[in-house]
Amino acid sequence: MSSRLHGFPGGLILDGHKAISSGRPSMRAAIPERLFIPLQQHIGEPAEALVRPGQRVLKGEVIGAASGYFSVPVHASTSGTVVEVADHPVPHPSGLKCACVVIEADGEDTWFERSTIADPTRLDPAALRNLIRKAGVVGMGGAGFPTFVKLNPGPGRHVKTVILNGAECEPYITCDDRLMRERPGAIVAGAEIIRRATQAERCVIGVEENKPEAYQALRDAASDGVEVVQVPVRYPIGGEKELIQVLTGREVPSDGLPAEVGVLVQNVATAAAVYEAVEKGQPLISRYVTVTGSGVSEPRNLEARIGTPLRDLLEQCGMREGEVTSLIMGGPMMGFSLRDADVPLVKTSNCVLAETGPDSNAGLPVLPCIRCGSCAQVCPVKLLPQQLYWYARAKDFDKVQDHHLFDCIECGCCAYVCPSNIPLVQYYRFAKTEIWGQEREREKADLARRRHEARLARLEREKREREARHRAKRAVLSGKDQKMEGDAAKQAAIRAALERAKAKRSSSGDRQEGAARQRTD
Amino acid sequence: MQQRLLIATSPYRHREASVRALMLNVLYALLPGIGLYVWFFGWGVVVNAVLATLVAVSVEAAMLFARRRPLRLFLTDGSAVVTAVLLALALPPLAPWWVTVTGTAFAIAVAKHLYGGLGFNPFNPAMVGYVVLLISFPREMTMWPAAGVISGEYAGFLDSVRIIFMGSSAAGMLDAITGATPLDLMKTQLGLNQTVTEILASPVFGDFGGKGWEWLGNGFFLGGIWLLYKRVITWHIPVAVLTSLFLMALISSALDPGSHPSPLFHLFSGGAMLGAFFIATDPVSAATTPKGRLVYGAGIGILTYIIREWGGYPDGIAFAVLLMNMATPTIDYYTQPRTLGHEKP
Repeated sequence: MSSRLHGFPGGLILDGHKAISSGRPSMRAAIPERLFIPLQQHIGEPAEALVRPGQRVLKGEVIGAASGYFSVPVHASTSGTVVEVADHPVPHPSGLKCACVVIEADGEDTWFERSTIADPTRLDPAALRNLIRKAGVVGMGGAGFPTFVKLNPGPGRHVKTVILNGAECEPYITCDDRLMRERPGAIVAGAEIIRRATQAERCVIGVEENKPEAYQALRDAASDGVEVVQVPVRYPIGGEKELIQVLTGREVPSDGLPAEVGVLVQNVATAAAVYEAVEKGQPLISRYVTVTGSGVSEPRNLEARIGTPLRDLLEQCGMREGEVTSLIMGGPMMGFSLRDADVPLVKTSNCVLAETGPDSNAGLPVLPCIRCGSCAQVCPVKLLPQQLYWYARAKDFDKVQDHHLFDCIECGCCAYVCPSNIPLVQYYRFAKTEIWGQEREREKADLARRRHEARLARLEREKREREARHRAKRAVLSGKDQKMEGDAAKQAAIRAALERAKAKRSSSGDRQEGAARQRTD
Repeated sequence: MQQRLLIATSPYRHREASVRALMLNVLYALLPGIGLYVWFFGWGVVVNAVLATLVAVSVEAAMLFARRRPLRLFLTDGSAVVTAVLLALALPPLAPWWVTVTGTAFAIAVAKHLYGGLGFNPFNPAMVGYVVLLISFPREMTMWPAAGVISGEYAGFLDSVRIIFMGSSAAGMLDAITGATPLDLMKTQLGLNQTVTEILASPVFGDFGGKGWEWLGNGFFLGGIWLLYKRVITWHIPVAVLTSLFLMALISSALDPGSHPSPLFHLFSGGAMLGAFFIATDPVSAATTPKGRLVYGAGIGILTYIIREWGGYPDGIAFAVLLMNMATPTIDYYTQPRTLGHEKP
C-alpha cells in the first residue's frame, strides 16, 4: 500500500546536525545516586504522592496516584528509599519548581511485581486504555498529553488513521531515530495496540527521509496493518498538524482535535511505551534522550531513567565542564534554556543540547520590521507574522486575534529567517500570555460581580426576615396584653423559630447553588 | 559550570540574513540599468546618484542624531542609499544640483524620519521626494536629454558635473541635448491630433519605446529578475504592475489604435520597469500579503495608465505608487491568507 504525500505551506530546510549523535548506538545510562521524580510530567492534574520519606520502593512501583480523570500515575524508576517529597526545580521554561519524589537508589534495581496479560490481543479498547493509563504513558514527543485520553476520541468521533510520528524534524535530536533503529519491533507492536484501542482502519508511520536506517528497520519489522512512509525533510514536518496534512491531505480545524478529521497522532516513543505497558506490564520509567552539542565530547543517545539529574547524563557523555555556556532542553528551534543541569529527566525530555561559545543570537542587531514578508513565506500555518508582530507590539490584542495568533505553533521559522533579527516568537508568547491574563482578570471580575449581587440579595432577604421576626414578636406581645394563653404564645415563638431555621436553610441553599453555578460557569 | 548559563528563548538559530544584505542586493540589481543609462544618456545619472547618496546619508545621520537613535546601526542598513539612488534614477540626469539635494533631503527627513524612520514610513520616500520636486520645479524636472545616439551629443562625466553644478549657461550644452521624453512627446503630439503611427516616426522612438529608454527597461528588467532569483522580492508586485499596465494599454489600443500607443510602448517607456521591480516593491510601504501585493500592484499599473493617458503628467508611476501606499493598510487587512484549519475568510 502506498500513500500519496501532500504538501504543507512554508517550512524550512535546516542544517540537521544529526550525525553528531545518531551514529553511536544508544547506551543504558547508569543508575544515579538520587532520582528526582516530578509528580507532574503530563498535561492535567498532578499525581498525588503515595509514599513517605523513609519508605522503601521497588522499580516500577506506583509512587504517585492519578488524581482525577485528566491525570496519570507516576512510578519509581529504580528501587531504593524515598528521601523526601518536596518541591525541586524541574525542566520548565520559567524555571519552576514542582513536587518531586526523591529516591535514594539502592543500586539493585529490583522490579516490583509485573502483571503480564496472557493474550493482550483479546482485550477490548477500554481495558487497553486502562492498562496504558496505569503504566503512566504520556505523549513523549514533547507535550506530555495523557495517552489514554487521546485514545478515547469521544462519542461520534471515529479514528480512521493512526499516525505514528517518527519525523523528528528538529535539528540535533536523534532519540527517535535511534529508537526506531534499535527497537522497531516494539514500535510496530505499539502501533498495532493503538490501532486496536482506537479501532482505526489504517496505521502509518511517517519517517523523515534523512533517517534511511530507521525507515528500513521499521519496514522490516512492519506487519501488514502498518505502513511505513518516508516524508520530506522540511522543518516543522514533525508538527502534529503538519504531519497529518502531509500524510492525509487534511487540515485539522483551528480549534479542533485531529480526531475531527479521523486521525490520531502518537510519537514513536509513545508507541513503544504503549507496547511495554500492554505486553510486558512495564510502566513508563525510562526513555531515550539525546545528549548532544559542542558541550559534550561523546554526544549520543542514552536510555535513561525518569528522574535522573541531567548533570549525570551530561557527565556520562563527557561534558566539557567549564566550557558549556548554555543548556537547552529540546532542540534549537523550539527548546528552552535551562538555568543549570540540576533538573531531572522527565517523560517528555527528548534532548539536552549543551553548547559552548557565545550565544549564537547575541550581537545580531535588531532592526525595525521592514515588512519584507519572508516570515509569511515560511510560516507553516499561513499566518502573517509581520502583522502579528505589529499588533502584538502595539498591544492591540483584538487585531492580533483577528490575525489568528492562537494558531501559531511557535515553531520559530519566522524568527529564523527575519532579516531584522526580530525575536518574533517572543512577541507572540507575550501576546498570548497577556490575552490569557486578561481573560483570567475578566473571569475574576465576573465572579466578584456575581458575589456582590448575591450579597446584596442576601442582605435584602435578611432585612425582610428581621422585619418579619419583629412583626411576629409584636404580635406575641400584643397577644399577652390581651391575656392570651401562654401555650399559644409559646407555639407562636416555636413557629417563628422554625420559620427562621427554614429561611436560613433555604438561603444557604441559595448560596450553595449560586456558588455551584459560579464554578460551572 | 560555575559561570551562569545563557538564558534566551527559542529559536536559538538564525539564518544569515540582514536588512543590509537586502539593500545591497537592490543596489547590485540596479547596476545593469544604471550602466545602460550612462551609455545612452551620459554620466549625469551617476553624478546625481553620488550627490543624492551623500545628501541622504548626511540627512539620515542628522535625523538619527536628533531622534537619539543609534547612528551606526541605522547608517549601515543601506536603506538611505537605496532611497537616494532610486530618486536619482527618477530625476532628469542633468537636473541642477539643488534639485537633487532638495528632493533627497525631503525624502529622508520628512517622508522617512518624521514618520518614524526605517520600517515606519507609510509612503515610498524616493517617490515622495520625486513628487515634491515635480510639483515645485516643473521646468527643471522636464529637461531630459535625448539619447546620445539621437542628438549626437553625449554628456561625459566632466560635462555632466559642469552642467549639474554650474547650470546650462556655464556649459552651453544643455539646450542642445535636452528635449521631451518619448512619453512627453507622445502626450503632446496626441494632444495635437496626430496619430500614434505618425508620432512613432519621430527619431526619438525605437522598436517599441523611446530610443535608449527601451534599453533601460531591459536593464531594469534584468536586475528585477535577479532580485526575484535572490528572493529579495516576490513576483506578485512586478507581475501585477506590468500585467495591469499591459492589459489597460491592450484594451485601449485595440479599441482605438490611432490615439493609444501599444502595450509594449507603455511597458518600455518612462519608469514602468524601474517602478515595477524596484519602486513598487519597496517592502515598507507596499502591501505585505501575497494577495494584497497583487491588488496593490494592479492598482499601480491601472493608475499609471490612467495618469499617462488622461492625467496632467506624462508619467504616472510616482503618483500611482503613492496613491496605492495609502491603500496598503486596508488592502493588507482584507487580503489575509486563509490560515490553516480555518474556513475561507
